[in-house]
Amino acid sequence: MNREDFPMLLQDIIYFDNGATTLKPKCVIDKTVEYYEKYGANAHRGDYDISYKASEAYENTRRLVRDFIHARFLEEIIFTAGATEGLNLITRGFFEKLLEPGDEVLLTKSEHASNVLPWFSLAKSNGIQVSYIPLDSNYYVTLDNVKKAITPHTKVISLAYITNVIGDIRPIKEIVEFAHQHNIFVVVDAAQSIGHIKTDVQDLDVDFLVFSAHKMCGPTGVGVLYGKKELLENVTPLILGGGMNESFDNEAEVYLKDLPTRLEPGTPNVAGVIAFGSAIEYLNKIGLAEISFYEKNLRKYLVEKLIAIPHLDILNLESDSGIVSFNVEGIFSQDVAYFLNKYNICVRAGNHCAKILKKEVGVNNTIRISLYFYNTYEEIDALVELLSDKDKILKEML
Amino acid sequence: MDENLRRDIILAHYQNPKNKEIVEDERYVKVNTNNESCIDNIDLYVLVEEGSIKDIKFQGEACAISTSSTSIMITNLIGKSIEEAMEYIKNFDAMVNEKEYDSALLQEGIVYNEIYKQNNRKHCALLPYIGIRKVLDKKEELL
Repeated sequence: MNREDFPMLLQDIIYFDNGATTLKPKCVIDKTVEYYEKYGANAHRGDYDISYKASEAYENTRRLVRDFIHARFLEEIIFTAGATEGLNLITRGFFEKLLEPGDEVLLTKSEHASNVLPWFSLAKSNGIQVSYIPLDSNYYVTLDNVKKAITPHTKVISLAYITNVIGDIRPIKEIVEFAHQHNIFVVVDAAQSIGHIKTDVQDLDVDFLVFSAHKMCGPTGVGVLYGKKELLENVTPLILGGGMNESFDNEAEVYLKDLPTRLEPGTPNVAGVIAFGSAIEYLNKIGLAEISFYEKNLRKYLVEKLIAIPHLDILNLESDSGIVSFNVEGIFSQDVAYFLNKYNICVRAGNHCAKILKKEVGVNNTIRISLYFYNTYEEIDALVELLSDKDKILKEML
Repeated sequence: MDENLRRDIILAHYQNPKNKEIVEDERYVKVNTNNESCIDNIDLYVLVEEGSIKDIKFQGEACAISTSSTSIMITNLIGKSIEEAMEYIKNFDAMVNEKEYDSALLQEGIVYNEIYKQNNRKHCALLPYIGIRKVLDKKEELL
């Protein structure tokens, strides 16, 4: 779908690494250039036309984000550098004050490093306990397992909406409903889901949710932290400086601005945020439902073809997202990636930043195909043809 | 070098690496060597006695180039004095980095004489050498 919108696809490449980052449509690239060429002033500053225009465009993206995830208030949308920053901001700026030694945070073994390491850090400094919701035989999270994992000490559940290796879509709404009955906060890492399935923060009723623009056709270096307004009010900024303060005379009299500005210190990534707005408009135009539907069918086609290749071990046969992880028997995943690269096919090899998953699944590294709407059935055929010939891989991977 | 021969040697050392064994002997010095940009991760176990390399074993997971390079390096270094080993390493490094080197010295290591053409794989070939250097540099100081 819509391949003509992506300048990168004019090259002779097959791009299957959308879990790492997505390609950018021309409108997003153009918007970045437009800002720098036409109104490249700072936002929220000067009393002159071009700065006003930059501010307007910047704030327009906030409106687009609010509507995109169906948040209640504009102030609930905080621009960050990406999902990683968002998770660090709430672990240190919110949960550090709230959690006491012995309190428990539940994660899963298939979380990305950015949803693990900030909690590990908090465990070390604050004495909280990090525990894991067991995964089922498909490496999925089920509501039943969440119920079993919760203890009287559980205060937070932090997990991905879609995981980056297994690609399972978690039953977030059900988990939140149950968690809230037990006064447990739920944090959702939506990095892998945001550009692929519909997110409605009010329907899900999540407390915090983070994502990155670059995984949804937007620029790198921009992300969003969503939080319920009453919770965000209690998030302490980790970085202080310009833009976010109201006034200061001495150390005792420092007043910070209201949300969301308070949590966006310094000059933000103005160009990035404005271009991100274009990405949202672009995805809205295609429609997330359309994207999800296409991706699901494409994945089904890919898995059917891969199953037929006897020398492949597929880690996640089932899953409703566009992620498929597998290995070629007897060949290190990176060698397969090098081989495919010779045919201009871009895939990821490795542990995909989910380093605690490997013991759970008994596989250290995999090749990962992560699809997006601009991938095609023909591209999958090309991949499958190459993977079918193990001798060719062995011959040409060096 | 004949391409088929090159491939056969590399694949033989990849699929059946030599000296890939678990070591539980405390006389061996263990050193880890890994590749920041990829997932190669190798532990070397080195036994140096009386100024020469008595034995090396390795463990870990790595790509075809790293694994075969480790296997070949170990085969060639066992039995060498530290000076001889350092000379071998210097020449291997020079070959991978397109500098002058003595090809006779490198034996099977010569299969990587064109690895410089693939920039992203140079580091794979050099990976075990980075590890062994960490051990030998220390041993050299003690001499």
